[in-house]
Amino acid sequence: MSQNTTIQQPSVMLANVSRRRFMQGLAVSGALVMAARWDLAMADDSPNAAQKYGGDAMPHGWVDNPNVFISLAADGKITLINHRAEMGQGIRTSIVMVLADELGADWQLVSVEQAQANEEKYGNQNTDGSRSMRHWFDPMRRAGAAMRQMLEQAAANHWHVAASDCLATVHQVVHEPTGRSLSFGELAAAAAALEVPARDSLRLKTTDQWRYINQLPKAYPESNQQQPLAVDGWDIVTGKAKYAADVEFDNMLYAVIARPPSYGSAVKSWDDSETLKVDGVVKVIALPTASQPSAFEPLGGVAVLATNTWAAIKGRNALKVEWDKGPAGDNGRYDSSTFSQQMQQTAQLPGKVVRQQGDFVAAQQQANSTFKAEYYAPHMAQAPMEPPAAIVRIQQTDNGIKADVWTSVQNPQLARDGVAKRLGLQPTDVTVNCALLGGGFGRKAKPDYVFEAADLSKAMGGRPVRVQWTREDDLHHSFFHTVALEHFEATFDQQQAVSGWLHRSVSPSIYSLFAPGVKLQSDMEVDQGIRNLPFDIPAIQAESGEAPGHVRIGWFRSVYNIPHAFGIQSFVAELAHKAGRDHKEFLLQLLGPDRQIDPRSQQVVWNYGENPELYPIDTGRFRGVIEKATKEAGWGKKLPKNRGLGLAVHQSFVSYCAVVMDVEVSDAGEVIIHRADIAFDCGPQINPDRVRSQLEGACVMGVGIGLMTQITAKDGAIEQGNFHQYLVPRINQAPKQIHTWAVNASNMSLPLGGVGEPGLPPIAPALCNAIFAATGKRIRNLPVGNQLAS
Amino acid sequence: MISVTINGEQRQFDVPADTPILWVLRDFAKLTGSRFGCGMALCGACTVHLDGQPIRSCVSPISMAAGKHITTIEAIENDSIGRRVQQAWMDEAVAQCGYCQSGQIMSAVALLKQHPNPTDAQIDTAMAGNICRCGTYTRIRSAIHRAAGQRTASAEQTSNRNSDLFTEVKA
Ligand code: FES
Ligand code: FES
Repeated sequence: MSQNTTIQQPSVMLANVSRRRFMQGLAVSGALVMAARWDLAMADDSPNAAQKYGGDAMPHGWVDNPNVFISLAADGKITLINHRAEMGQGIRTSIVMVLADELGADWQLVSVEQAQANEEKYGNQNTDGSRSMRHWFDPMRRAGAAMRQMLEQAAANHWHVAASDCLATVHQVVHEPTGRSLSFGELAAAAAALEVPARDSLRLKTTDQWRYINQLPKAYPESNQQQPLAVDGWDIVTGKAKYAADVEFDNMLYAVIARPPSYGSAVKSWDDSETLKVDGVVKVIALPTASQPSAFEPLGGVAVLATNTWAAIKGRNALKVEWDKGPAGDNGRYDSSTFSQQMQQTAQLPGKVVRQQGDFVAAQQQANSTFKAEYYAPHMAQAPMEPPAAIVRIQQTDNGIKADVWTSVQNPQLARDGVAKRLGLQPTDVTVNCALLGGGFGRKAKPDYVFEAADLSKAMGGRPVRVQWTREDDLHHSFFHTVALEHFEATFDQQQAVSGWLHRSVSPSIYSLFAPGVKLQSDMEVDQGIRNLPFDIPAIQAESGEAPGHVRIGWFRSVYNIPHAFGIQSFVAELAHKAGRDHKEFLLQLLGPDRQIDPRSQQVVWNYGENPELYPIDTGRFRGVIEKATKEAGWGKKLPKNRGLGLAVHQSFVSYCAVVMDVEVSDAGEVIIHRADIAFDCGPQINPDRVRSQLEGACVMGVGIGLMTQITAKDGAIEQGNFHQYLVPRINQAPKQIHTWAVNASNMSLPLGGVGEPGLPPIAPALCNAIFAATGKRIRNLPVGNQLAS
Repeated sequence: MISVTINGEQRQFDVPADTPILWVLRDFAKLTGSRFGCGMALCGACTVHLDGQPIRSCVSPISMAAGKHITTIEAIENDSIGRRVQQAWMDEAVAQCGYCQSGQIMSAVALLKQHPNPTDAQIDTAMAGNICRCGTYTRIRSAIHRAAGQRTASAEQTSNRNSDLFTEVKA
């Protein structure tokens, strides 16, 4: 890292001085205690701490005690606990599958229970970062295997025989020499009374013994017919599935809140005379504006409480609020198009160097030719189909004051701790019940809506309050995906090889939500594609340019990988075109020979929290997915006029994904996506159909990012209010076919990679590269919008 | 008092006439299977059938349903096409988060009643009002073809159930 930069960078302090001390500083400032929790989720790199990675490094780590996750009943029924948030990735099925498979359970006799927030008991529950299976596969296997061995021991004790002669098959233990058997139900009580076997005595199943893990579900013709169906499938198709807003307490009030239009603006005055006339409106309550940076604190505003949702909405429509923009400062004037021009100006000047390898200046001096390009990616809102909702009730009980929460959040423990803190309770006095999430995508990792419900319940003397966000609330007041300007310069040497690479990235940081004055991307953010660039180029220089945040910036599925991959993969295609080379061949040449790069040699700090020795940057795996996607898509084939193939590849969340899009652009500029071929290498796939569904979903979301999805701001307010202005793909705009291809899906010598996010980053650049192939028109500003209209 | 029949049951509601059907269903009838996604007839999450026709219940006042029949996701399994659609949704493992799927299924049932053998184009037209943010569209297409009993070239093509993945898993 460059020592002689003159730019002040608070976020550098986070990484290099002592992250732990920084967190203690945050903790003192009350509201920011949330930031500390989030930060703890990252690898703890303080010099005195033993370096921890993966699940070990998460708050409360992992738990593999079978008695925490498995309970056996005398009738043979088995209840398995899922402690991670279910938001469509299928984790409620997948985690339980792992337990059930190792245990030897018959799926028909298994039921799933959703854990409440309790990390002391269950280990980490923060469901983001594509981590659930990556961090929990091994502990869940051990828990299942331990209980299986306890059942075998219980049978051995019963028959007075050697445990080594007793073998758990499906839901029963067989005494092999005699063929006698006892069912799991018959053994339940005796097994539960036994000691949990030591970890080093566990016998995990071999891969050929798996019945559910790494299998395809029944619907696939080649299925072994044993892989379980989604546990929530039937509840979903019959409407019985319960999301946050489907839960109700007696005497509950329904709240809708008018929030400040600009980040940081406050209520000056309000007139609720018309509101109070609305049938069903009970009360209007003003809420304080959070001071900036607000972390996960509610924004404030004026709440309308009513006896039903519609009355609350109508009441809010009738409310007149005057806002004071003063406290919002510059945010009150935020204009995203002016801001993009400012970012572009910033990108012309040197930034803070975050990776330096070789000498880019020398490469420039010796270059045969150079090439520059800039790419822009706008703000977005996660916009999960279920807008945020939360219910809080506070009650005096014989054991003191208790709060009950029902909500759908990605990080239940954060909600629990935060509610406890603001109500002056202990976390053990707060019960957080986890409903299904109707989508999360990062939005529901921030529990501000739960805190709103807690504050309102408190204001109502503990009466149950459900806060309901409308779609307008969701789009106006999200924790928005950052906005980014990616500036590139490349040099070609005399042999027309790329000799130098400069990437200057200008983009507000998520850390601006937690600490004042943050203007540069953090280590975590530049480690999402910029520093860990896998290319075999002699001179690589990466820089971060200053950009303040003027809205709440938060993580959005795959986060900074979106703009970084869009820039990098578009620029490579442009370079290939300039060099007159085939894009795929050119890309493979940039990757260079198959090798494993230590991310630390690239100055990478984060590596998605994983051990760099276990999870190096593997250019062979890059090549593997590129070869697979291009082969299946028929790369190089002749296509009709106005039609083209586009390629992109990206590694994120320690998984590798390459995409080829087959696109037609009509004379009117309409984009038709005939087919997407997605090759994906996340190492072993535990629940392959859910991996596939995540890739399909990421593909559709990525098509939106490419073609239509953006949030803009004017006069400090967000311009998009609902789905007529905030455009997301519909069925007629989705690819006609999505083919997913697994690479290394059963290769148990590889560690597990992430699944939910890494399918997203390569989609938009592949799409734009295909548009170029079809039309010769290069898209440098997302989304495409009407740029292709003639 | 407004009187409507919901899933075959006669119900009376003492609510303002402009209350959208969605909120009557959810907050008063306690039928929460119809979902709130936008409140502006833009996403389809709230789709129910009014006398057999699909409507966006978030913008349809309860007065519009007076004396009529509302069918919601909770009762669609009593309909033979409804049941087939639900089963096809299971077979194709369509749902991700599931939040949009009540509305998707209600729209798909209405489509199949009108077009028992839908083309991809008819599917796109009928289903374009239903947003799925999780992006399950290719499986929705396959599931509708499956529910229609179509094993056409088109159904095979859009099916996610070719053996791409499996061959690699077993490799
Ligand atoms: S909630 Fe009715 S269409 Fe979106
Ligand atoms: S399945 Fe999540 S929105 Fe459709």
